[in-house]
Amino acid sequence: MKTRREFIKISSIGLGSLVAGVGLSRWSVGNTVIDDLLKPSAASLPSLKRFPTYCEVCFWKCAGWAYTDESGKVVKIIGNEEDPHCNGRLCPRGTGGVGMYNDPDRLKTPLIRVDGKDGQTFREATWDEALDLVASRLKAIADEHGPESIGMFNHGSPGKHFGHLLKSFGSSNIVAPSYAQCRGPREVGFEMTFGQGVGSPEPTDIRDTRCLVLIGSHIGENMHNGQVQEMSDAIDKGATIITVDPRFSTAASKSKYWLPIKPSTDIALLLSWIHVILYEDLFDKEYVAKYCTGFDQLKDHVRNMTPEWAYGITTIKPDVIRATAREMADAAPSVIVHPGRHVTWYGDDTQRARTVAILNALLGSWGRRGGFYFKEEYKLPDFPHLPYPKPKWSWKDMHNGRYPLAGLALANVFVDASIPSEDNKHQLKAWIVAGTNLPLTMPDRPQLMKALEAIDFLVAVDTMPMEICSYADVVLPECTYLERYDEIRTEPHREPYIALRMPVTAPLYDSKPASWMTRELATRMGLADFFPWNDYEEVVSWQLEQVGTSLEEMKVKGIKKFERSKGALYINESGDHKFHTPSGKIELYSHQLEALGFDAMPKYTAHPEPSAGFYRLIYGRAPMHTFSRTANNPNLTDLMDENTVWVNPKVADLWNLKKDQYVWLKNQDGSLSSFPVKVRVTERIRWDSVYMVHGFGHSDKFLTRAYGRGASDSEMITHVAVDPIMGGTGMRGNFVTFLTENPHKEETA
Amino acid sequence: MRYAMAIDTKKCVGCSDCVVACQTENDVPIGFCRDWIVEVMDGSYPNLEMELRSERCNHCDNAPCVRCCPTGASHIEEGGVVKVKKHRCIGCGACIQSCPYDARYSHPEGYVDKCTFCYHRLVKGEKPACVSVCPTKCMYFGDLDDENSDVSIALRNRKHKVLAPEAGTKPHIFYLI
Repeated sequence: MKTRREFIKISSIGLGSLVAGVGLSRWSVGNTVIDDLLKPSAASLPSLKRFPTYCEVCFWKCAGWAYTDESGKVVKIIGNEEDPHCNGRLCPRGTGGVGMYNDPDRLKTPLIRVDGKDGQTFREATWDEALDLVASRLKAIADEHGPESIGMFNHGSPGKHFGHLLKSFGSSNIVAPSYAQCRGPREVGFEMTFGQGVGSPEPTDIRDTRCLVLIGSHIGENMHNGQVQEMSDAIDKGATIITVDPRFSTAASKSKYWLPIKPSTDIALLLSWIHVILYEDLFDKEYVAKYCTGFDQLKDHVRNMTPEWAYGITTIKPDVIRATAREMADAAPSVIVHPGRHVTWYGDDTQRARTVAILNALLGSWGRRGGFYFKEEYKLPDFPHLPYPKPKWSWKDMHNGRYPLAGLALANVFVDASIPSEDNKHQLKAWIVAGTNLPLTMPDRPQLMKALEAIDFLVAVDTMPMEICSYADVVLPECTYLERYDEIRTEPHREPYIALRMPVTAPLYDSKPASWMTRELATRMGLADFFPWNDYEEVVSWQLEQVGTSLEEMKVKGIKKFERSKGALYINESGDHKFHTPSGKIELYSHQLEALGFDAMPKYTAHPEPSAGFYRLIYGRAPMHTFSRTANNPNLTDLMDENTVWVNPKVADLWNLKKDQYVWLKNQDGSLSSFPVKVRVTERIRWDSVYMVHGFGHSDKFLTRAYGRGASDSEMITHVAVDPIMGGTGMRGNFVTFLTENPHKEETA
Repeated sequence: MRYAMAIDTKKCVGCSDCVVACQTENDVPIGFCRDWIVEVMDGSYPNLEMELRSERCNHCDNAPCVRCCPTGASHIEEGGVVKVKKHRCIGCGACIQSCPYDARYSHPEGYVDKCTFCYHRLVKGEKPACVSVCPTKCMYFGDLDDENSDVSIALRNRKHKVLAPEAGTKPHIFYLI
C-alpha cells in the first residue's frame, strides 16, 4: 500500500554520477576509475590562498584554514595553531572536510514533492518556488494550529538560523537529538551533584592529569580532538589510564588497567569504588569536609557494596577493583573519572552520571588541576532585532509532567507528540529538520515512521540527500560550511575564545547558506523586522566590532583569545567556593532528586540480559566517521567504507561464522537489518556482546558511496529504556542474532 | 643530513588522519594512499595487546626499489629520501614487487607513486603533512645527523624497532615501543 509519505527514491532528478566503489589503495592498485570531481589539484602550489573557518563535520568545531587553488576550489584544510580545540591539528574528519565540499552526491537544487504517474516523486524547483511553498505552508499551519505546532530538529550551524526564524514566528519547540539521545543524562547527573553540567567541550584537564578513568568512553575512536591530543600528552607524562569497557577499545590498549566489564553493570563497579575509597579512608578529607554534603548518608549507603559484592555483578575481580580505586586515590586530585559523552545506555543513566560525579567529588577532582577546570565562554552581543513573541506553549508542555529535570527539549518526545492521541494535548503538525538525519539518529524507527506519516508538512535542510530528505515535502540544499558565514564560535575553554567561519569559495550548484534561506523565508512570512540585515556578513562584522575586533582582523587571524573575567581556572583553595546547588555544596545526597521521587543516592539495578542466541548490541565510533553524516564523504569512505559486526571468536565458532562473511542482523523484536554486514572475528569484544560502528547502512541510493554499505545500528534499536529523570533514551538494551541467509529474499524476488 | 621518522606506537590511536592529510597535501587520488594504518592484535580475551602504527615508505639506505629500477626513475635524493621521477618512470612495477613494505602503488596516470617525506615541504623547512597533522603527536621527524632533532631525541630516549629488519634494507622509519 502506498502511503502519503512513501519513501521517495530520488531517482528522477539525476543527482551525480555513479562513482565506482573503491577501497583503500593497498587493495585497489591498478584501479583507474577515478572521478574527476574527486581529484583535488596540487595542494602544494604556491598560489594557494587560505581562509579561516571552523569545522562542521562534528560538534568539536575546530578552527582551521581552508586552502583554495587559483580556480577557487578547496584543496586542503589545516588546523589553526592558536585554537585550543585543535592546536593546529585537525582530526581525520576535519582534514577530510574537503570531501564534504567535493562530494558529487550533494544536494544541488531545491526539491518539491509532487504526485507523479508512478506515485510521489521530487521535482527540481527554483528557490522562489520552494521558499514560497515553505512560507505559505508554515503560515497556513500556524493559522490553524498556532506557530507552536511547528517544531524543529537540528544539529549544528543551520539550526541556529532556523531557530531564530522559528522563535521569531512564535515557536520555541526546538530540539537537538544530541541531548536526549546522547549527552543529556550526564548534564543532569553532574548538575544535581556540582550544580553545573559538563557541556561541550568537556572541561576535563586531561593534559595535566595523573589518572584518567574511562567508563565506556572510547577516546581515540571518538576523535574529540582536544581530548585525544591531551590523552596523548598524558600518556607522554606517564599518567595511568583505567578503561572500563566490554570491548578492547583503542583506549583500553593504552591503559594500565582494562576492566572488561559485563555490560550494563557499571553502576555496581562505581559504587564499589566509592565503597573502597570511603572505607579505606582514601578520600580527600579536607575537600569533602569543606565542599560536600551528605557524606554520612553516602557512607552508610555503600556500606555493603564491597568489591566482593560487585565482583558477582560485574565479573571484575575484587583485587582489581581495590587496586584501581587506590590508583585513583594516589593520583587525586589530579584524577578524572570521565563523564563520557554518549551516555544514553540503560535508562538509569542520570544516576550512573551521578555515581561518576560523586566519585570525582570524593577524589576532590572537580575544580582542581588535572581534574576538571572551570571553563569560560565569551559572550557576544546579539545583533539587535525585535523581541521574540511569547509562545502559548513550549516543549516542556509536551512532557505531560514527565521528565522533570530535562534541561533541554527531547527529540523522542517531539516524535511522540507528533502522533495524534488522547493524551497529546500539544501536538506538532510540521517539522523543520536541519542538519540531522533522523532515520539513522533516532531509536525506535517504527515510532518515527508513525510520526512522519502523521505530520502535515516537513522541510529538510541538508547538504546531502540524507534519508530524512526522502520523507520531506520540500528539500532545501544548504551549501557546506566552507561556502558560508555562520555564527561566530564562542564555545568555552580554559580561556574564552571566538572563531570565525567565512566563505572560502562560492557555493557549488544552487546551494545556499541557511542564513540566506531563513531571511528569505522571514520576508515571505512577514517577519522581516527580525532579520534587519541584507547579508549575514553584516551580523558577524557588527558583533566583532562590539567586542573590539573586526572582520578584517578575524579574516587574518581566524581566532581570538580574551582574558578570563569570571574567576580562576581552579578552585581558590584559600577562599570560599560556592557551588550552584541549593545547598551551595557538592551534593552527595540529593534532596532535589528525593523531592521529585527519585533515589537521592544512586543504586545498582539489574538490566535485562540477552536470551540464548542473542548478543547485546554495543555501538560506537570510528575515528574517521561522525554520526551518519560522513558515510558518503569520498575522502573518509576511502579510509572506511562500511562497518563490520565485531564477533568474539568463540561466538563465531558457535555460529560457524567466518571472517569477512556477510550476515544480516535481527533483534529481539524481530527488526531486520536492511543490508548485510561483514563479520569481523576479533578477540576485542566480549562473548556476550557484538559491536558496530554507528552511522552506516544508508538506504538512500543517491548516497552512492554509502548506499547499502554495512548495517545500521539504529535499525536494531527498537527497545528504548527512557530515563524517568530527564527523558534520555537508553539504547543499549537491544540484542541481536545472526542470519546467514538473506531474510529479504522473498520481497525482492 | 639523513632524514628519518620515529612513530610512537604507545600514542598512535590509528585514526588515519596521516592518510587523509597526505592525500590532500600530495594530490593522491581517492582510492590510493602513500601511508596507511596497521593494527596488530595479540592474545585472547581478556588478555590482549594491540599495536597501532602508521606505515609508509621506509626510505631505506639499501633500497631494493632503487636497485631494480630499469630507468633510474627511482632514486635517492639528498637526505636519503627515496623518490620517483615520474617522467622517467615507465610503470613497469618492478619496484612495487621488490619493496618489502608494499609502500608503492601504480598511479592511474601511469607512473609509480610513493611517500616523499613531503619533500616539497622539507625544502621550505616544514615537516611532512602526516607529522604536522597527527592529533596524538606520535610522529617525530628530522635529521639523524643532528643530535637535537626530534627524531634523534626520540630514538635516544626510547626503545624502538624497525619493520622487516631481515630484509637488510636499512629502513629509516622507526617504531617506538
